[in-house]
Amino acid sequence: MIDIIKQYGLAYLCWDGYHISGVAMTLWLLVLSCGMGFCLALPLAIARNARSAVIRFPVWLFTFIFRGTPLYVQLLLIYSGLYQLNFVHQHVLLNDFFRQALNCTVLSFLLNTGAYTTEIFAGAIRETSHGEVDAALAMGMSRVTMYRRIIIPSALRRALPVYSNEVILMLHATTLAFTATVPDLLKVANDAYSATYDPFDAFTLAALLYLCISFVLIFAFRRAERHFLAYLNP
Amino acid sequence: MFDLAGYGPQLLSGTVTTIELSLLSLLVSFLLGLLGATAKLSKNRIFKSVATIYTTIIRGVPDLVLMLLIFYSLQIWVNDVTDWLNSLQSTYSFGLQLDPFTSGTITLGFIYGAYFTETFRGAFLAVPKGQLEAARAFGMRPGLVFRRVLFPQMMRHALPGLGNNWQVILKATALVSIIGLSDVIKAAQAAGEATYRSFFFICLAGAVYLVLTIISNGVLMLLERKYAIGVRRAVL
Repeated sequence: MIDIIKQYGLAYLCWDGYHISGVAMTLWLLVLSCGMGFCLALPLAIARNARSAVIRFPVWLFTFIFRGTPLYVQLLLIYSGLYQLNFVHQHVLLNDFFRQALNCTVLSFLLNTGAYTTEIFAGAIRETSHGEVDAALAMGMSRVTMYRRIIIPSALRRALPVYSNEVILMLHATTLAFTATVPDLLKVANDAYSATYDPFDAFTLAALLYLCISFVLIFAFRRAERHFLAYLNP
Repeated sequence: MFDLAGYGPQLLSGTVTTIELSLLSLLVSFLLGLLGATAKLSKNRIFKSVATIYTTIIRGVPDLVLMLLIFYSLQIWVNDVTDWLNSLQSTYSFGLQLDPFTSGTITLGFIYGAYFTETFRGAFLAVPKGQLEAARAFGMRPGLVFRRVLFPQMMRHALPGLGNNWQVILKATALVSIIGLSDVIKAAQAAGEATYRSFFFICLAGAVYLVLTIISNGVLMLLERKYAIGVRRAVL
């Protein structure tokens, strides 16, 4: 264990000599995919509860497909499947985008977490008590104002415990990036294993680091819950 | 368009492997979960803390990391044990090779056992205590109490969580192809690389998972109806 830490310690944490790697890369993947997934999920969650079926159905289809297939399949599809299509290959911008492993990885991660987050937020919006909506309408709020001031803030608060779970699961899912040659924590561990033939130490070190990140995230979300859901336990 | 290029049999056998793997892992994790939940709720301090450590560590570490850790280390440990056994005696030579299927089942079962432990713990607590006391008062042995009273009622509360876990296990089997199992994804990858039609074949693999998800949703609905017999639901 000591030898691996001496030799690969820096790579496990942040820098493998050429790229950002290890914990830093894993966290960067997590922030990118969860951040963009959140931005994607919020409008989709509103559309998921729309009155017209023409708006509701495509969103349902999107979440159904992305929640019904493994993330690994989605990553493979975007990373190796799309690049073989002719129009992607010949289009300059698309070609540049899909040639980079990091882009493909983040795209598949954000679509996946976006689908799960959409369902989480849509469920929370659906549970808005009708009294709040009635009161907002009685105050003469427009629909946009009502969503902005009443429905979304309370729905996001209600969704926080479930959303924190989703973020932890997303942290676990970022390990798949190593199959697309992105130098995240697991990739570094795998490299250390291939160099030293010591699977137990190499992967245990990675597991401990993941455990630490998980605990920090759980702690942070618990603080956030105490702050944002303070009105629930006076 | 729908041309499998002769890869149909491989895809089919890959699908069967995926289903077998997920069902076996479900069985292992189900049993481990029952064991873990019993340990967590027991009065014995050691059992309790072992179960707590188990669920905390497993749920805090990504499944792929655990899978690689167990897959590569397990073989080394097994070799150590068989070497030791062989050094004790020389009449019979032990040897055991773990294939990806076995270690995948063990790993997935071990990981999702932790999630089942939490599911079952909540479900055990949801069964009224008076029922267990009444069963004991009838003179039932603990095994019989579990089989006739606790388990059937616990299942009703555990089913939604169990269904979730099953869906997660089904999708987690995709990871086992990374350690070399020839499941439906591996077959799709091979077919895609050979024919330069990765997009089509990986979509096909995704479709297989979608169909399996739809089927298991139906089965879960039937099971929920079965275990909800005799329960009055509030009419809203």
